[in-house]
Amino acid sequence: MARYYRPDTLAEALAIRAEKVITVLAGGTDIVPARTARAGWGDMSRTDILDVSRLQELRGIDETADGYRFGALTTWTELRRAALPAAFAGWQAAAKDVGGRQVQNRGTIAGNLCTASPAGDGIPCLLSLDAAVELTSAGGVRTVPVGDFVTGYRTTALRADELVTAVVVPRPAEGAVGAFAKLGARRYLVISIAMAAGVIAVGEDGRIRSAALAVGACSARAQRLLRLEAALVGVPAGAAVSAVEPELLDELTPIDDIRASGDYRRAAALTLVRDIVGGLAGDGERRVA
Amino acid sequence: MADGAQTPKDIVSIALTVNGAARTVAVDPFQSLATALRDGLGLIGTKVGCDAGDCGACTVILDGEQVCACLVSAAQADGAAVETVEGAGPDGITDRLRRAFLEHGAAQCGICTPGMLMAATDVLAREPGAGREAVEDALGGVLCRCTGYVKILDAVMSVAGEVDASKGVGGPPSRTMTAWGGESDGGREDRCVGGPPSRTMTAWDVESDGGRADKGVGGPPSRTMTARVEDGDGGRVARDEGDGGFLSVGRRIARLDGWGKVAGTEVFGADAAPAEALWVRVLRSPYARATFAIGDLESVRSRVPGLEAIVTARDVPGENSFGIFPTTKDQPVFADGHVRFRGEAIAALVGTKEAVESVSDADLPIAWTVLPPLTGVEAALAAEAPALHAGSPGNVLTRGYLKRGDAETGHQGAAATAEGRFETAFVEHAYIEPEAGFAEPVGDRMEVSACTQAPYMDLEETARVLGVAHDKVRIRPTACGGGFGGKLDASIQPILAVAAHATGRPVRIVYSRAESMASTTKRHPAKIRARYSADADGRFMAFDMDGDFNTGAYASWGPTVANRVPVHATGPYRVPHVTARTRAVYTNETPSGAFRGFGVPQAAIAHETLIDDLAEKLGLDRWEIRRRNAIGTGDETATGQRLASAGLPQCLDALKPEWEAGLARAAEWNRGEGRVRRGVGIACMWYGCGNTSLPNPSTMRITLSRDGRLTFHNGAVDIGQGSTTVLTQIAAEALGVPAEAFRLVVGDTDLTADAGKTSASRQTLVSGNAARLAGEALRKGVLSLANAGPEARISIAEGVLTIADGEATRRIEISSLPADEAGVVLAGEGTWDPPTSPLDAEGQGVPYASYGFAAQMAEVAVDTALGTVKVLAIHAAHDVGRAINPTLTEGQIHGGIAQGLGLALMEEFIPGRTENLHDYLIPTVGDMPEMTIHLIEDPEPVGPFGAKGVGEPALVATAPAILSAIRHATGARMTRVPVLPHRLWEALQEGGR
Repeated sequence: MARYYRPDTLAEALAIRAEKVITVLAGGTDIVPARTARAGWGDMSRTDILDVSRLQELRGIDETADGYRFGALTTWTELRRAALPAAFAGWQAAAKDVGGRQVQNRGTIAGNLCTASPAGDGIPCLLSLDAAVELTSAGGVRTVPVGDFVTGYRTTALRADELVTAVVVPRPAEGAVGAFAKLGARRYLVISIAMAAGVIAVGEDGRIRSAALAVGACSARAQRLLRLEAALVGVPAGAAVSAVEPELLDELTPIDDIRASGDYRRAAALTLVRDIVGGLAGDGERRVA
Repeated sequence: MADGAQTPKDIVSIALTVNGAARTVAVDPFQSLATALRDGLGLIGTKVGCDAGDCGACTVILDGEQVCACLVSAAQADGAAVETVEGAGPDGITDRLRRAFLEHGAAQCGICTPGMLMAATDVLAREPGAGREAVEDALGGVLCRCTGYVKILDAVMSVAGEVDASKGVGGPPSRTMTAWGGESDGGREDRCVGGPPSRTMTAWDVESDGGRADKGVGGPPSRTMTARVEDGDGGRVARDEGDGGFLSVGRRIARLDGWGKVAGTEVFGADAAPAEALWVRVLRSPYARATFAIGDLESVRSRVPGLEAIVTARDVPGENSFGIFPTTKDQPVFADGHVRFRGEAIAALVGTKEAVESVSDADLPIAWTVLPPLTGVEAALAAEAPALHAGSPGNVLTRGYLKRGDAETGHQGAAATAEGRFETAFVEHAYIEPEAGFAEPVGDRMEVSACTQAPYMDLEETARVLGVAHDKVRIRPTACGGGFGGKLDASIQPILAVAAHATGRPVRIVYSRAESMASTTKRHPAKIRARYSADADGRFMAFDMDGDFNTGAYASWGPTVANRVPVHATGPYRVPHVTARTRAVYTNETPSGAFRGFGVPQAAIAHETLIDDLAEKLGLDRWEIRRRNAIGTGDETATGQRLASAGLPQCLDALKPEWEAGLARAAEWNRGEGRVRRGVGIACMWYGCGNTSLPNPSTMRITLSRDGRLTFHNGAVDIGQGSTTVLTQIAAEALGVPAEAFRLVVGDTDLTADAGKTSASRQTLVSGNAARLAGEALRKGVLSLANAGPEARISIAEGVLTIADGEATRRIEISSLPADEAGVVLAGEGTWDPPTSPLDAEGQGVPYASYGFAAQMAEVAVDTALGTVKVLAIHAAHDVGRAINPTLTEGQIHGGIAQGLGLALMEEFIPGRTENLHDYLIPTVGDMPEMTIHLIEDPEPVGPFGAKGVGEPALVATAPAILSAIRHATGARMTRVPVLPHRLWEALQEGGR
């Protein structure tokens, strides 16, 4: 018989988590559709549910000594409305493009990570912010970079006894600005065909001082574009777009599916990345000027 | 709620505030808030369209933020404040929006309306003067399939106080319309509306017929609506000579069935059932082609408490088959050992909700033998393909054929010839209401109450499956939350009837989104090869085509598509030499049936693209070549029919200024170097209203009863398009009373005559004529009471019939007149069947009594790097004969354009892959172009007050116009829809050709 737990404290939740294999429920924007999809084809089975929505320890956005800590239950809407440095603009833009307002009001940043869909809009943004995931179990807390937390297609490093309690982002570099570009076949409520996120800082000399770029939906999990980032550092902002060479995106391994072909995704990713680099470098250039 | 664990059986109590009132409700903690509201609190205004957060129909406001009530677990609502459509909303915003929706015609079928109202309430509560972008962002999570979102946005923006007149969406129509409030400028303020309590004109509410209310189950009402005229003058309205002398026709009255839709009280298929009804859950084949054997079901049934029966093919008392035509009843209610598509029903669990939801398909003893499926028409037509149905060797269900002149000779003499191959996909209707309803044995009869487009066809199918006479079945349609052709075929009705028969109990069902999508009909995928020729002046010489239409596993409307397409294959042009051949081909895919246009939209993509080819080859403007060939009044069609009304030339002329301006706008933009290129496209269409060369009569009846009530018995199902309102306006006009004078009885087979199906754009034409005849007949009877002349004025108020003829006024106490046993003192009945003739072996004849015409123009912006297309504007000119209610006519066109845009750019149903509304995409509010509409009224001589149909014509021209514009922007001649970004990008990589 499936059971439903809705504890008030993290300690209680972790105790339940330690005890059994259980589905963790927060905003329900992925869990419920998955249940509906199963039931639609006659799988009426139910798992035990651990509803973490009452855990106050998982709420709130706080500035810390090293950066920012986002409680795991932070919704897309709370993220969008938060006053944050410009480096977060991409993640905040993604928050505005996930589903519709209804999903943004319920869906959480940690849920998006735990679903670990290759098309999860938040993940490339977090990669570009060098974010890490705070994982808590009864035994303690560990912090895992997002790039290590998402281990593959819908798989994560989350242990069965752990809960994601926060997403932590180091203080962004001076002058760093973030951006996000989403490509879908309609305006709202759309799963991304491809998306790109970036955080770029342009130095006083008008050259790119740092660049962090990531692409989603073009590989089993979202990828940072490390070769491209390295190639961009030191490039004059005005020349940044032309430095985005196709071969610098070869971390990507896009596939054909119902939404698009792999070849198209590769080309679209290049375009999105160029748009982001062009926009951010241009902004940076203007700021410096 | 207490902490810790609860099992689902350990129902817990949650306390929440709903619309300001404290409520407690017992819930399974992991059921949804939507279920808690609907089943626990009886708040049925919150609709469930997908149970996955994809459609937004269940949007409510939870602690000040809009949410999908399907995504919130009931436990999570404990302690929360919830606002639903039943409430007035913060500061009465929901109430204000409600009235605006009614006034603007923003609710069509009404199933998305509660969600839209709550999403709009959310944004306006936060930002009372919200701009359009903020409003679109707020409404972006609610899908509407009827309206194209235009009038919804108009309504919300009017409440936001920021109606931007320059938007002109829906615009002032091309002739002056008069509203009851006085002369209207076509704008928004002066509409005659109800909105019940506040304004004076009309207030309608659904009045139960008493039978059901006695049982305390609430519905489904026999959909009797009562008009209350609150201003006490009998609703009498002076005839306005400025509007063609019409009293009701041509007026923008608010829809007569609108209040329930905006109030959240409308009863759809899932909204009511007898309290004791058992639930039905259907088991469906996960395989496209397989045989199966069912083991011992009784052992399963007996060990699940509350599971009353598991019904299969063996439990069907009559014929285990259904289908549209007497000769094509090839689809079993429950497959008997052999399935032909994924999603086919094989059995159904009948029991308590808990019981049927506790048994997984895998728990049942079913042994499958999977067979290789025939996917696509090529596979089905291959020499070695197995025949899927006995009697259809080669898997060809039907062939259609038309021959006029000699196409080969015509091509040979031409100055230019264009040829192409075109391909379209399965398209899902995506009505937001999944099929739902109930069946109940009543005495020796079976009553079925469900959402439908075709109550009398349901009656025949149900009787056949039960093996009983037609009079042993009653169909009581609920409100229909969108249909578009998808609710013409029987779906749940036979299953419910079999389950109710097997158990002797009332039974109910609500399809999940997945089973609705997997098991009900689709638009036929088409593969078309066609060739078009013209002389040096661009005059069309010859056209020929071969079209294969994938009809899926069962016949459904395949024969209709195969027969309708040849008639329309050339498009609405004069063409002397024509050959058209079609086939409907069986495959192991989802059955294809009726979908707004019956194959004509697919064919239009072919002929319009070829016409653009000819224009290019001949150096002619695309508008010009269409204008030169446009079929007009008095011209002959390829079937040899001489057209009595064909307003296409006027449609094209109406678009000409916009065409020139659009070309100039695109040229100006494209002078820039950017990767976004703009283009302008144009396409024409025609559509025969009514069944193709088959009788499709309608009968309407109006009665005046001893108690002074005037009742319109109208069997036409209003699926949102507005027939309830339009037919009443016609009846009112013919009788000479205002539309509010009627009590309405709609679509119950015991109470209304057969009006035929709501399909083929036929209700305004066919049932409209029946309504007109009924009104005229009653008027004749009334006038004869006073020996009054034909110009006499009639009014009915407070039991008195007043007949004013010139100076003389006769007042008759209605109760003094002799009445029949039903209390009726006077009745008028009208029956009309469109005058058509059979098509001969070469497709010659008069297939339709009337045709609708349109030209549409698209303006697009294409991102050539990403292959994405943004439709900036659609300008549509439609010959509707006469717009009986221009607001509703515009609403049809807006919605058709939205569906045409989806067909062109995003919609592709793939069995097993896109069985939900996040993988299957329909346009959202943010995908809508600006729309301008020109209503052309070329009076149809056989139409009621000159009217013809518009439902399907609205959609047909949109996709080809968009393709034309994409080509103009980029050079890419797209021959396969949808034009997904990757497909356009690939075409652009290949040089655009």
